[in-house]
Amino acid sequence: MKLYLKVWRQENRTSGGSMIDYEVDGISEHMSFLEMLDLLNERLILKGERVIEFDHDCREGICGACGMMINGRAHGPLTGTTTCQLHMRSFKDGDTVYIEPFRAAAFPILRDLKTDRSSFDHIIQAGGYISASTGQAPESNSILIAHDTAEAAFDAAACIGCGACVATCKNSSAALFTSAKISHLVLLPQGKTESADRVIKMISQMDAEGFGHCTNTEACEVECPQEISSLHIGRMNYEYNKALILRK
Amino acid sequence: MKQTTLIYKLIMAATGLFLCFFLVIHLLGNLQLLLPESEAREQFNWYSHLLSGNIIIKIISYVLYLSLIGHAVYSLLITLKNKKANGTKYVYDKRAKVSNWNSRNMGILGTIILIFLIIHFKDYWYVYKFGNLPLDAKGNKDLYAIVISSFQQGWYVLIYEISFLALGFHLLHGFFSATRTLGLYHPKYAKAVRIFGWIYSVVITFGFMQIPIYIYFNLHS
Amino acid sequence: MMDSKIPAGELADKWKNYKDSSNLINPANRKKLDIIVVGTGLAGASCAATLAEQGYNVKSFCFQDSARRAHSVAAQGGVNAAKNYKNDGDSVFRMFHDTIKGGDFRSREANVYRLAECSLALIDQAVAQGVPFAREYGGYLNNRSFGGVQVSRTFYARGQTGQQLMVGAYQALMRQVSAGKVQTYTRHEMLDLVLVDGKARGIIARNLETGEIERHAANAVVLATGGYGKVYYLSTLAMGCNTSAIWRAHKKGAFMSGVSWIQFHPTCLPQIGETQSKLTLMSESLRNDGRIWVPKKAGDERVPNDIPEEERDYYLERRYPTFGNLSPRDISSRAAKERIDAGCGVGPMKNAVCLDFSKAIKEQGRDKIEEKYGNLFRMYDKINGVDAYKEPMLISPAAHFTMGGLWVDYNLMTTIPGLFALGEANFSDHGANRLGANSLLQSCVDGYFIAPYTIPNYLSGELKAEKITTEHPAFKEAEDAVQAQIIRFLNVDGHLSADYFHKALGKLLYDKCGLSRTKKSLEAAVIEIKALKKSFDHELKIPGDDQLNSELEKAGRVADFLELGVLMCYDALQREESCGAHFREEYQTTEGEALRNDEDFCYVSAWEWKGEEVQQELHKEPLVFEAVKLTVRSYK
Repeated sequence: MKLYLKVWRQENRTSGGSMIDYEVDGISEHMSFLEMLDLLNERLILKGERVIEFDHDCREGICGACGMMINGRAHGPLTGTTTCQLHMRSFKDGDTVYIEPFRAAAFPILRDLKTDRSSFDHIIQAGGYISASTGQAPESNSILIAHDTAEAAFDAAACIGCGACVATCKNSSAALFTSAKISHLVLLPQGKTESADRVIKMISQMDAEGFGHCTNTEACEVECPQEISSLHIGRMNYEYNKALILRK
Repeated sequence: MKQTTLIYKLIMAATGLFLCFFLVIHLLGNLQLLLPESEAREQFNWYSHLLSGNIIIKIISYVLYLSLIGHAVYSLLITLKNKKANGTKYVYDKRAKVSNWNSRNMGILGTIILIFLIIHFKDYWYVYKFGNLPLDAKGNKDLYAIVISSFQQGWYVLIYEISFLALGFHLLHGFFSATRTLGLYHPKYAKAVRIFGWIYSVVITFGFMQIPIYIYFNLHS
Repeated sequence: MMDSKIPAGELADKWKNYKDSSNLINPANRKKLDIIVVGTGLAGASCAATLAEQGYNVKSFCFQDSARRAHSVAAQGGVNAAKNYKNDGDSVFRMFHDTIKGGDFRSREANVYRLAECSLALIDQAVAQGVPFAREYGGYLNNRSFGGVQVSRTFYARGQTGQQLMVGAYQALMRQVSAGKVQTYTRHEMLDLVLVDGKARGIIARNLETGEIERHAANAVVLATGGYGKVYYLSTLAMGCNTSAIWRAHKKGAFMSGVSWIQFHPTCLPQIGETQSKLTLMSESLRNDGRIWVPKKAGDERVPNDIPEEERDYYLERRYPTFGNLSPRDISSRAAKERIDAGCGVGPMKNAVCLDFSKAIKEQGRDKIEEKYGNLFRMYDKINGVDAYKEPMLISPAAHFTMGGLWVDYNLMTTIPGLFALGEANFSDHGANRLGANSLLQSCVDGYFIAPYTIPNYLSGELKAEKITTEHPAFKEAEDAVQAQIIRFLNVDGHLSADYFHKALGKLLYDKCGLSRTKKSLEAAVIEIKALKKSFDHELKIPGDDQLNSELEKAGRVADFLELGVLMCYDALQREESCGAHFREEYQTTEGEALRNDEDFCYVSAWEWKGEEVQQELHKEPLVFEAVKLTVRSYK
């Protein structure tokens, strides 16, 4: 099939960018979206043009590196799917496809479709961990965790940090990302000890990074490749409110 | 402590929920307009008088004004911060497909409600407080007469109906959003509260909407 | 030079003896010592975090945009530990024995024993960090069993165990970043190792965003950069996985071992087109209920569902009646290749076999199968657009894990003093074949529990060493070489992309140095790879500038893969036996099984770089087995 692409090209952090048109034919429906871009890049190389830069790594939906806006949607038209798991059978011959980077003030664009998501790392650094140094751990079965609790913690911990939640949020809020981590850790008995400090620090960091407010439109949970529930945002708010009231 | 995004949100939730509570009181008062005409006038005027005398009611009314102003001011602050957080604009944006339009347009809905409130305050609150109103048989200011006469005009009814619809959609998202901001996360109860929110919004909206229509078609000053 | 430094004493006491007598460093002195850790996968992140907790200054490098994305996240099945929670007779010794046997008796006893021993503490550590392992209803940890063993010792977090362990290690690392003990350098690629007086004293790294070449000095360098399976281009690995860090260390004097021992995973999605970039792994657990077959008749053009039962060949059940569809990875993969080569493959490229659930669905019901494997069936549908409840999955073996890597001693130190290699980047624990759920274990154990003892032991001798800054001429020399290579790549101005060469190399290796090899195929491969390398040097095209440029990154990696490919062939050539994942067609039994030769090849190969255009020199570390008896691996 043949597609008409409009791709965001930008030189670096400070330069502006614009949408550039490309025609790509010879696309097979079995290709993944990224393989389609590989194909285009291969042709650009032969013409001596700079390739379209995009982040990608595992190409099996788990590393969280890939992520772009495809036809105005985070990770493209499917829900619960990363860009690398999107295949060309979701498009029709002759379609026009708009490809842009994830946009948010906290995700500066580096070049073309590559963005800097280190703001997520900073949120985790602020408190998204359990303070257990190597050597301190007690015997693992001495901490009993109900089956359902472990499963619920897993649901939250499944976040791959791709940033689709921020990209699709009209407010560019990182509430789903931050709340998934808070929920994961507070659900577990090991993580409860530091929960008040953690939630305050992580939310302050989230603000400092320049993310917007969550207004509960719930677009994030629709586009999340791991289908993380926006109920976690409720839990984060609960933990925050609790910390506000009870913390000394 | 530094005001975080969540504190802004808490203020929005608290003021919003208080306004939700007030709407119930207001609706109960307005429903008296639906009584048989002979009873309605005195009943409604008595109720209006009640709401302007009592010290407790006074305090509540100040909380109400503060809530209205706070809700509006903080929504503006939040919107500004969100605009800043957005960075550059998407060239092609279909994000609207994955969320409800009212949840995305609370600002617009809120602005419609704000404009409505200005009209509403000017026509009733201001007139009642500062205007010269005739008295009814019991000696209360005859607000009833003004209400009935204003809803004889079709365009006035239309303004009210549109505003109530805006209010309805605002509540539909606002009530749920406020409970989430307060920290409701339990899957079962969050769902129950969400259903309650829908019922509440529908009842309030249609409750208010029926009154101008009833007056327009059934009562003449 | 190749002293494995195995501590004295009984096998079970060696690690304890080591820890009891290793040198320590006073906390006040630790903050005077800098350590560079390259790679932020399980081994790298856990090692960096643990060393920082001890008080050392750590610089952590990764080419990804965040330390959370290394390919450890992709491991699905689980992590082994001899906790014996199932009370089914597991023990450290038994786990040690399974691993040695699974590796076809080509690994070091002492290392493997330590791996099994430390597995206990790893589960404790992971749980303390908040890894949500599967639990029973009573709240205790759950286990499942994995291929090649008879006990249930695998801990798991659904099908994302690697991701969950990775998140734990990443968070531990982030904690140390906020404590100021770790500095992270993301989007940085190590391009050379810097030696001063024969010791590893720093690295040259390229900032992948700005293109800047940076010098970093330290008292020790740790490489935890993963495996090189991506040399085959099509593999289960991430696109960015590469050999450059270890290869450039090799060229600076670190020996490479067991280079040709590469595991092919039997249940991956087959190649269906020329533009394909990845062979996605489908969890091995599918083989518990799926039956593997091909048509009996070669060249059968019918779709699988149209082939009647009596015309299907369930070749694993036929050849290995005891283990059947659950035969170990190397054996299953080889059997699939044998059938595909015989012309019985299915799918558009005739390169796959059927993994059929119709019998299981008939017997257990669709619901039951959905409950067990629903996510995998969904994934299959997502990638292929095919409903595997209705027709068989098509699967094929794919390059997966490299048992080979940098040679390390018991300290995990390479032949270069001060240079350590952890996780898949070293060769040490899996012999010629890795058992399922042992890779997560090894990387974690190396990072959390072994290197944090052995690195201080080394550093204790470095306290008085001369302070080296990046002004030292060795840094300039290394940086200049790196710069020169980049300029060369940008100036070749040929007409073929880096991927073109990578794909050509991958195809060549699949055919000639893949699941099975012959002397003839390997010798041919050496010639062809060298020719390909020549063409690469003259016909490569890298458009763009020397700033953020993924083509430039690829070029450096492919250049190293091309050199590594040759060494893989030499390594496979010298080993005139079949063992584990290494199958030389000349050395097989009359029934087509691997024929090991313990008399002549009970050693680990270790190759020393001798310069461009010169063949590496082979050294041999003899393997001594005292605790186990060498037997023939049989799964019939």
